[in-house]
Amino acid sequence: MTELQVGSAERAAAGESLWRSAWRTLRHHPAGMMGLVGFSLVLLLVVLAPVVTPGDPTSMNLGHLLEPPSRLHLFGTDDLGRDILTRVLWGGRESLRVALIAVVVAAIGGVSLGLTAGYFGGRADSILMRLVDVLLAFPTILLVLSIVAALGPNLGTVLIAIGLSFIPNVARFVRGTVLVTKNCEYITAAHLLGATHTYVMLTQILPNILAPLIIYSTLGLGSAIMLTAGLSYLGLGAQPPSPEWGAMLNYGRDYLRDAWWMSVFPGLAIFACVLFINLLGDGLRDAMDPKLRV
Amino acid sequence: MSSLLAVRNLTTRFHTHEGVVHAVSGVSFDLEKGEILGIVGESGCGKSVTMLSVLRLIPDPPGKIEAGEVCFGGRDLLRLTEPEMERVRGAEIAMIFQDPMTSLNPTLPIGFQIAEALRLHLGLGKRPAADRAAELLTVVGIPKARDRLGDYPHQFSGGMRQRVMIAMALSCHPQLLIADEPTTALDVTVQAQIIDLVQRLQAQLGMTVIWITHDLGVVARLVQRVMVMYAGHVVEDAPVEGLYASPGHPYTVGLLGSLPRRTKGGRTGLTSIPGQPPGLVAPGPGCPFAPRCRLMTARCLDENPALESVAAGHQVACWERGRMEGVWDGV
Amino acid sequence: MVMYTARRLLILIPILLGVTFLTFAIAQVTPGDPVALMLGVSATPERVEQVREQLGYNDPFLIQYGRYVWNVLHGDLGKSVRGQTDVLDEILARFPSTVELTVVAMLLAVLGGVGAGLIAAISRRRGAQTATMVAALVGLSIPNFWLAILLILVFGVRLHWVAVAGGEGFKDLILPALCLALAPAAVLARLTRSSILEVIREDYVRTAQAKGLGRRAIVMIHVLRNSMIPVVTVIGLQFAGLLGGAVFIENVFARPGIGRFAVSAIAARDYPQVQGVVLFTATIYVLFNLAVDLVYGWLDPRIRYD
Repeated sequence: MTELQVGSAERAAAGESLWRSAWRTLRHHPAGMMGLVGFSLVLLLVVLAPVVTPGDPTSMNLGHLLEPPSRLHLFGTDDLGRDILTRVLWGGRESLRVALIAVVVAAIGGVSLGLTAGYFGGRADSILMRLVDVLLAFPTILLVLSIVAALGPNLGTVLIAIGLSFIPNVARFVRGTVLVTKNCEYITAAHLLGATHTYVMLTQILPNILAPLIIYSTLGLGSAIMLTAGLSYLGLGAQPPSPEWGAMLNYGRDYLRDAWWMSVFPGLAIFACVLFINLLGDGLRDAMDPKLRV
Repeated sequence: MSSLLAVRNLTTRFHTHEGVVHAVSGVSFDLEKGEILGIVGESGCGKSVTMLSVLRLIPDPPGKIEAGEVCFGGRDLLRLTEPEMERVRGAEIAMIFQDPMTSLNPTLPIGFQIAEALRLHLGLGKRPAADRAAELLTVVGIPKARDRLGDYPHQFSGGMRQRVMIAMALSCHPQLLIADEPTTALDVTVQAQIIDLVQRLQAQLGMTVIWITHDLGVVARLVQRVMVMYAGHVVEDAPVEGLYASPGHPYTVGLLGSLPRRTKGGRTGLTSIPGQPPGLVAPGPGCPFAPRCRLMTARCLDENPALESVAAGHQVACWERGRMEGVWDGV
Repeated sequence: MVMYTARRLLILIPILLGVTFLTFAIAQVTPGDPVALMLGVSATPERVEQVREQLGYNDPFLIQYGRYVWNVLHGDLGKSVRGQTDVLDEILARFPSTVELTVVAMLLAVLGGVGAGLIAAISRRRGAQTATMVAALVGLSIPNFWLAILLILVFGVRLHWVAVAGGEGFKDLILPALCLALAPAAVLARLTRSSILEVIREDYVRTAQAKGLGRRAIVMIHVLRNSMIPVVTVIGLQFAGLLGGAVFIENVFARPGIGRFAVSAIAARDYPQVQGVVLFTATIYVLFNLAVDLVYGWLDPRIRYD
């Protein structure tokens, strides 16, 4: 019923940009705001780890081995007397750094591929999309494992592996958006007015990709954090004595009977992070593109 | 009361994030048995929502029928329980919609979809229902009806699908058929076929029909009486000849003026109505058409005029109806 | 349907070829000489070079690739560097354990996820709706390996209900299956709910209402069958994907499946084994996706009767 489209028409009439209206919707989205605030908090704590925590993640206190959580050590200590809270905060720097860079790599790679394939079409499109199809024939975890196997198990490899593995997905949906936008009349108009391909790509098509890209990237960040931690947990990523969350979980496995806190808190950190990101992602999706609403 | 349907002061609103949308405000009209009524107006004027409200098909939330009376068959439909209403829908009042592709379930054969109402309201068994469905398909002009019962909607053309919808609607011999822009999504030639079909069936079965459209050409061909709606209000209610000969409301004049036609001087005229259709979220106290009306006065902005008689069976809601003489130089 | 199937089958060959090519190519990039590893530290460089020549490791890339594909088609995935055991045999020995886990997990995920989504969509009570969706979001966000550790902590270490590691009985399947099922269940719950809500807004549901059908009939006959089509496809895809997700769970619970096999092979840099598992799993994934596509084509009358 056209009566119900009143809102967007009136907004457009008022000249409100996508961003402003998205922010306005997000502000009233309780889950989304919780995610934004929560994740910002985590980010802040992790970035300020050197300032906020006493000592550093490797300082051992041999007088306090395997102590349960107390006022002095909020998350307890491990078998070498290291404060778990400190290690969790410092570990966050590892986990989040890798995940963020991987997502950025995936975004840049995916957008370049998808934009080229979608915009220029023809042979470039066919070749690139065949490549993407083959890459997508692998379950993501398998691609990641293959690359890690080839390049050697360490945190850097994990970063590259996750980044590369996400590229096909990004490329696919970017190409889809480009194909839809490409055929719009304002693109033809721009060309008739003498705009170059680069100009059209940057100013007309890119903004259309931005909204879904942000949503995808936000949710991808959550996956990346889980994958990074997971691979480190398997011993294929960060290696001890790294305080990376997955590595800590791996290390704590041996002390499950005696020191449950070594396994619970790092995992809690992963969970909290991913939860806030997913909440934010949901909120962003509702705010920017109600059609994608779940 | 000889009216088949008597609607009084029907008011429907939608409660959305952006505000309360006043989709239908105080709509009243009568419908005689055997009459063909056309409801005309631009998109968003409330013509569909009015009839959906009559059948209580308004999704709640966000919609709500806030006031009014709908007398049909001696009872107020708005006061019935849901199960009672379900017995009215399909059996006594049937409705067909604009887009036959999306209005039919793509995963069920059309024979099944037609038989559904038959089995529900008339209690027919599978076999008799299938037979009856085949008969109905033949009546609406679908060849080899028997064979096509097992086909799916996508296997029919647009016009055929609309015929299927009509067959479905007529299956239980309803007293009233509501057609919500059934030809808008069809080609012009197919449109004519569907209109002919409905005309024929109406004459045969003595059905009462309400035809919703924004196309005045369709109105001229088919209906006996016209109700013009604007921004959720009825602004004019007249027999079709009277509407075309001497339209009483400035909006109607505007609508007729926007049809390409020959004027008295031999020139072809095409005038448009200035301004935009109003937002329905916070309507003012006055006449909804006032901001765009050439004859607007201060009173028009403050008070909403009610429908008043200007001739036999011809009502207009306008403070300035006295000034409408000679405004329109005819078709 | 015929065209649809034919098209899908036609793409299969190039995709499988691509998969083998990529797997093979990555192996070539891996540092480390498989022959040297195989012969051990004591072998002289001349001996290594001799064996390399013998086994065809110095042949051109495409020849080696061709030989690889030929071997694969004959069921020969090579031998592990470590024990010289046949890779395919080792994979097949461990595959049943993974299948067992995945099947049970999928069943749990479908029952729990689709059920919850259904309730959330149809229930009139706001409480049920929000509770389900919150639970789904939480379920999506919990790392399954951490959940596994927590469950082992509670049920294994504290309550002694289950074995902490290993364990082959059915009782020992429950915890791993639950951990593996949580994320897919959450996805299915959200998808089911959104699919149903979307279908309820469709025009043909309004037509059904206009015919006088009651709520129950509308949901049963019109809403469910249409909303389940995308859900069924996703179930199929997730099942295929679970083969990968099992990696973490098998490691936590020390189950002898192919996921754990892959990880140990990577840690030991035993590339023939890694390559074998990757190829095996990817092939199954591709075939499964094909099966899902065909089922979808059959379910949707627009494709079945074109």
